Amino acid sequence: MGLASSSEGRYIPPRRRAHRAAKEDPLNVQRQENAVAVDKKELLALYQQMLTIRRVEEASAKAYAQGKIGGFLHLGIGQESVCVGAISALNPTDYVVGTYREHGHYIAKGGSAKEVLAELYGKSTGASGGMGGSMHLFNAKNRMLGGYGIVGGHVPLAAGVAFASKYRGTDEVTLCFFGDGSVPQGAFHEGISIAGLWKLPIVFICENNQYSMGTPLYRTLAVADVTERASGYGIARDRFEGHDVLLVKERIAEAVERARKTQQPTLVEVITYRFRGHSMSDPGNYRTKDEVEEWKKRDPITVGRERLIGELKVSEDELISLEAAVKAEVNEAVRFADESPVASEAVMWNSVLSTPDSDPRKI
Amino acid sequence: MRLSYREALNQAMSEEMDRDADIFLMGEEVGHYQGAYKVSQGMLQKFGEKRVIDTPIAECGFAGVGIGAAMVGLRPIVEFMTWNFSLVAIDQIINTAAKVRLMSGGQFKMPIVFRGPGGAAGQLGAQHSQCFESMYANCPGLKVVMPSTPADAKGLLKAAIRDDDPIIFIEGERLYGFQGEVPEGEHLVPIGKGDIKREGTDCTIVSWSKMVHTALEAAEELAKENISVEVVDPRTIRPLDEEMIFESVRKTNRCVILEEGYSFSGIGAEIAARVQSKCFDDLDAPIERINRFEVPMPYAPNLEALITPDVPRIVAAVKRAMYLEKN
Repeated sequence: MGLASSSEGRYIPPRRRAHRAAKEDPLNVQRQENAVAVDKKELLALYQQMLTIRRVEEASAKAYAQGKIGGFLHLGIGQESVCVGAISALNPTDYVVGTYREHGHYIAKGGSAKEVLAELYGKSTGASGGMGGSMHLFNAKNRMLGGYGIVGGHVPLAAGVAFASKYRGTDEVTLCFFGDGSVPQGAFHEGISIAGLWKLPIVFICENNQYSMGTPLYRTLAVADVTERASGYGIARDRFEGHDVLLVKERIAEAVERARKTQQPTLVEVITYRFRGHSMSDPGNYRTKDEVEEWKKRDPITVGRERLIGELKVSEDELISLEAAVKAEVNEAVRFADESPVASEAVMWNSVLSTPDSDPRKI
Repeated sequence: MRLSYREALNQAMSEEMDRDADIFLMGEEVGHYQGAYKVSQGMLQKFGEKRVIDTPIAECGFAGVGIGAAMVGLRPIVEFMTWNFSLVAIDQIINTAAKVRLMSGGQFKMPIVFRGPGGAAGQLGAQHSQCFESMYANCPGLKVVMPSTPADAKGLLKAAIRDDDPIIFIEGERLYGFQGEVPEGEHLVPIGKGDIKREGTDCTIVSWSKMVHTALEAAEELAKENISVEVVDPRTIRPLDEEMIFESVRKTNRCVILEEGYSFSGIGAEIAARVQSKCFDDLDAPIERINRFEVPMPYAPNLEALITPDVPRIVAAVKRAMYLEKN
C-alpha cells in the first residue's frame, strides 16, 4: 500500500485505522465490574490456589537461577486468575488441555505443587515422571490432558477430546486454553472450525496476555478482538478482563453450561497480563516499566485479597496464616522435588510404545 | 477367498468396527462419496454417520481431532485421501501422536491408525507421487506399516486397529485393484513380522509395498538366467523385522534393497547399515540400492518411468551384486 507517512487528511485504510486505535488502546475492552456473587469460602479457596501457583512459579524461577532446573520455563505470574477461575467452573470429570504455560492449570485441575516442582526438577515423582518438563504436565487421573509446546497445535486435539465426549454421549466438557499468539496459527482455525461444525462440547479460552512472545497484538492480528472470529465458525463468544477470579469463574461457567447443555462451543477471550518475560531468557524489553506497573495494580492476587478483606471482612490474621501455610507447602514441595529420585530409565523405555523394549533399535 | 487389496482393507475395517464400538473412520469423502479410492465403500450404509465421518478438507484439524479422541480412549481410523496431504497434519502426527505417551510418562495411550495411499500412481506430478515412509519411520513413537498384498493388507490393518500405538499405514495407491488370496475368517498379521515372498539362494532383494511386485517380476526374469532370487518383504518398516533380512542375507550372501522413494536418508540406508553391521562377514559383494532418482516427480510419462525403479534396473543391480555385470 505504501502509506508510510500519515500526513493530515490523507486516507488511512480502515485496517490501519484499527491498528492505530489498537496501538493506543490495544484491547479496547471495557473494564469490568467485579463479579456479583461473592462467597467467602469459595473466594478463600480460589485465593489460596492462585497464591500457591504464584509461589510455585516464584520458587521455580529461583530454582532455575540456581541451575536446579533446566530447559524452557514459561511463567504465568499475573495470569493466575484465568486458569483458577475457569477451571473452578468445571466438574472433576471435565477435561483441560493447556499450553506450555500451564503450571497453574495443572494445579487448578487438582495437581499438587510437589508434582509440578518435581517435574521441573526432572524427577521420577513429577507430574509426567520427568519425561515432560515444564511444558508437558499431564495428569490422567485429574483429566489434565497436558501442556503442549507447539503454539496452537493442541487446539484440534482439544476438539478431539470433546468429540469423544459427544461420541460416547457423556456430559463432559473440555476447556482448551491458548494464548493470543495461537490465533494466527492454522491449527487454531481448523480445530475451532471443526468444533463449530460438529457442535462439540468445548470452551476455547484465549488467555490474551497481549504479547505473542515479544510482539504486541496489534502487530500480529489485523482484528484485535479475538472473539470476532467466532462468528465465522458459528460459535458463541465472550470477552472480558480477567483479573477478578470470581468474574472469570462466572463467565466461563456460562460457556461451560452452554457446552454441556447445548453442545455449543464458545470462544472466550480473557484479557490478562504476564508480569514476567515470555520465558526465563526474556527480560521483556519490549514493554515499558510504566505499562507493567499499571497492570500490576490489577494483580489478581492483590484484587482477590482486597475483596476478601473489603467485602467479605476476612481478617488480616486469617489471611496471614493462610499465606504462611501456602509458603510452607511450597517450601516443602521444593524440598520434595530436590530430594526425589531422578527420572526412571525404565519408565522412559516403556513410554515410547505400548510394546516395551529397551533396545532402541527395536522400537 | 479372492479379494482385491481395496476389498481386503474394507473388510479389515468393517470387521473391527463390528467388534468394537469405540472404532470409527474419519476422513475426506469416506462416507457419502464412498471413499475417494472406494476403500470405505458401503461402510456409511453399514455403520451410519456417527462412525463413518466425512470431514472438511482440514487435515491438520481432523488428524488432531483423532489424536484427542484416541487420548481419551476411542480408537480412530483417520484416512488421508493420500499421504501427500498428511504434510499439513504432520505437526499433529509427529509432535503430538508420536510423543504424548512419552511426554506424559506413559499415562496416555495413542491407539490411532492414520491410513491412505502413498507412492506414485501414474502421472500425478510432483505433489501427488511421494513416498513418506522414511520421514515417518525417522520418528520414535510411530509404527510404519506398508502391506504389499491383499492378505497382508487385511491382516496388518486389523492388527494396526487393535494396536495401542499410533500407526502410519501406507497403502500402495497402485495396489488397490490388485487381487490375491485372503485367508477365511479371523486373519491377523503381527506388526513387526516380515514375510518371504519368494525363496531363493543367490541374492536377496529387500522390498516392500508395490515394489515387492516389481521385485518378483525381476526375480522371474533372472530365473530364466538361472539366478535364484529371494524376495523378502518386511511389511512393517518400523519396527523392522531385521532378523528375517539378516537370515536371508546369510543364506544368499548378497543384498539388493529396492525402495520406491529416494535414497538420501531412505529406508534402504537404514537397512544397509544394519545388514553391514550384522552380516559383514556374510556379504560377498557391496549392498546395492535401487531408488527413485533424486528429483521431484515430473509429469511426463517418459520422465516418470525414467526415475522410477523398474525391472531392468533391478536385474542389473542383482547382476552387479553377483559380479555378472560391470558397473
